[in-house]
Amino acid sequence: MAPLKHLLGIEPLHPTQITEILDLSERYVTLNRAVHKHNDALAGLTQINMFFENSTRTQASFELAGKRLGADVMNMAMQASSVKKGETLIDTAVTLNAMHPDLLVVRHPHSGAVDLLAQKVNCAVLNAGDGRHEHPTQALLDALTIRRAKGRLHRLTIAICGDIAHSRVARSNIMLLGKMENRVRLVGPPTLMPSGIEHFGVEVVENMEEGLKDADVVMMLRLQKERMDGGFIPSEREYYHRFGLDSAKLKHAKPDAIVMHPGPMNRGVEIDGEIADDLNRSVIQEQVEMGVAVRMAAMDLLMQTRRASMKPQGVMV
Amino acid sequence: MPATLFTNARIIDPAAGTDRIGQLRVQSGKVVEVSYDAAIDPSNAEILDAKGKCLAPGIVDIGVKVCEPGERHKESFRSAAAAAAAGGITTIVTRPDTNPSIDTPEALEFQTRRAQDAAPIRVAPMAALTKERAGREMTEIGFLQDAGAVAFTDCDHVVQNTKVFSRALTYARSLGALVMAHVQEPGLSAGAAVTSGKFASLRGLPGVTAMAERMALDRDIALLEMTGAAYHADQITTARALPALERAKSNGLNISAGVSIHHLTLNELDVADYRTFFKVKPPLRSEEDRCAVVEALASGLIDTLSSMHTPQDEESKRLPFEEAASGAVGLETLLPASMRLIHAGDLTLPQLFAALSMRPAKRLGLKGGRLAVGSVADLILFDPEAPFVLDRTKLSSKSKNTPFDGARVQGRMLGTWVGGARIYGGDT
Repeated sequence: MAPLKHLLGIEPLHPTQITEILDLSERYVTLNRAVHKHNDALAGLTQINMFFENSTRTQASFELAGKRLGADVMNMAMQASSVKKGETLIDTAVTLNAMHPDLLVVRHPHSGAVDLLAQKVNCAVLNAGDGRHEHPTQALLDALTIRRAKGRLHRLTIAICGDIAHSRVARSNIMLLGKMENRVRLVGPPTLMPSGIEHFGVEVVENMEEGLKDADVVMMLRLQKERMDGGFIPSEREYYHRFGLDSAKLKHAKPDAIVMHPGPMNRGVEIDGEIADDLNRSVIQEQVEMGVAVRMAAMDLLMQTRRASMKPQGVMV
Repeated sequence: MPATLFTNARIIDPAAGTDRIGQLRVQSGKVVEVSYDAAIDPSNAEILDAKGKCLAPGIVDIGVKVCEPGERHKESFRSAAAAAAAGGITTIVTRPDTNPSIDTPEALEFQTRRAQDAAPIRVAPMAALTKERAGREMTEIGFLQDAGAVAFTDCDHVVQNTKVFSRALTYARSLGALVMAHVQEPGLSAGAAVTSGKFASLRGLPGVTAMAERMALDRDIALLEMTGAAYHADQITTARALPALERAKSNGLNISAGVSIHHLTLNELDVADYRTFFKVKPPLRSEEDRCAVVEALASGLIDTLSSMHTPQDEESKRLPFEEAASGAVGLETLLPASMRLIHAGDLTLPQLFAALSMRPAKRLGLKGGRLAVGSVADLILFDPEAPFVLDRTKLSSKSKNTPFDGARVQGRMLGTWVGGARIYGGDT
């Protein structure tokens, strides 16, 4: 298997690579829980976070991950920068590339934009979410959370509920959970299902009770505000009534089923606040914790590949 | 001009449906004699031994975008003509979706002048059906016809207001003008970059259902029943639209349809990892659709095959897929790409040239497209077998946005003649 040069999606990963990332993540979970939360895996390397789409949480997670590994981390708020002045994505990439970064962490509103950027730079690129295509570290942190809660990452019944059509989180999760041989069920109104979903090797259920039946894991997705008013669903309250996760619906899942959400949550739209806060069921806080560890592991592996590929250079005095 | 006698030529005659070795004599810009058995008198003629290669009527390409006026850096008449000549195209039927649109006789006259100055090939212009292609008011169809417009189209803008469209069709009918339309239901196709389905969902790209084409065609067919206009659907690319087209034809409506070479030789999976050179309008379809459309072309249900030549510069293509411009250049790749259909056994050469040359010329009332005695000598000579690797940097077009870059193709052009004068090739 080729060593990991970029992390652009779950699709190109082999199951053993997924396991490798998760195993390394476990070590970083331990490190992050220690008093001294630092190692030097990325010492001397430069990480640039380029977020063409606003995200406080994900960007903070990547920034913290980089800093704990000793990288020099720079955040660029791309929405406020030269993009506004008409510079193209490729020009921006080439400009940054000239500053010799080692790792670009990129989020972009268009599917495929991160792939395009990766072709134009000679450092490692980590996809932090592109359009409705992929969000690989989210799927990896979800997998780690599941594995720790359930003791395994195979032969589980996992219900992914809500706006599948517009969700990169759903795509990456469907891919990852499928590769690890789980039974994946998609639950939601048909207007929020992507086309051709019948060819994805998943079950599609349009009824929440039926969809949650005997599920080990209930994964809720965020419903974007702009999709709530009549375009895809009739109203917020009808959606909550039919597809919002409350304790009555959750009773159909296995008694020890865990509840997940990638955040940020719309309480009272896709999930009942009480369930979100129920520490016996909800692993939403663990997901955030695992996020930092998984990102540290992914960046560590990418930089191992990069260090191996770069010839040792003379030291400038 | 001296007469030319083609000997030992594999003559492809789409009208007769024949593909035979014979001789053909050209004099004063016309085909004067064709013989398959007896030798033609070679006196006073330059003899050209075709060495068994194919001699066919030059291609009449409907829907070529030349970016004059407005974006000459993408394609000028000079570069388009060079590309056409190198691709075996003797007549380009140009699109009016320039900037500004060709929607007045004055704009058309400007364009015609530019074309005459620069192009050794025939240029037959189309004009816009509505002013600024905005779908609100019809253009001066009569004046534009007088100025040389051979058909009227708003190109990829669908006239959404049915009343406006029905009036334009009615008015066009009274003048015997042909209306060409893009068949995509505008609501469903808004914002789409690919055809919806598994591939679109895997890549996270906004898709349009293949049904959008049938819906638009159904609407237009109903309007044709009302108005009796002459109508050409620019590109029929899906299996589901074919029965509607077939019914409309058997009901005697004045309807014809075309397809682009890209939809016949590529499918949606060719987009692969967001390759924007494969972004065309309508988007590439599933393999099932591609096969159905190839069959429809072979049967003649789809009448014409064209390049839908749409030059785009690097800047408008080197973008995230959704933001990138649509369209592909095709003048020089139309023939070699078509040969894939020949070598796959999907079509015969006479069938191919019926779609490339004969029917487009006939539908638009143009010269060319035939080899009959007395027709203009718009001819091409090519080797259907010769293999080569397509290199986009060697294209004559100013824009190099071809999806066939690096493709292994067969079919090399040896010569192109317009009105008996050679405009491409020389050593054979």
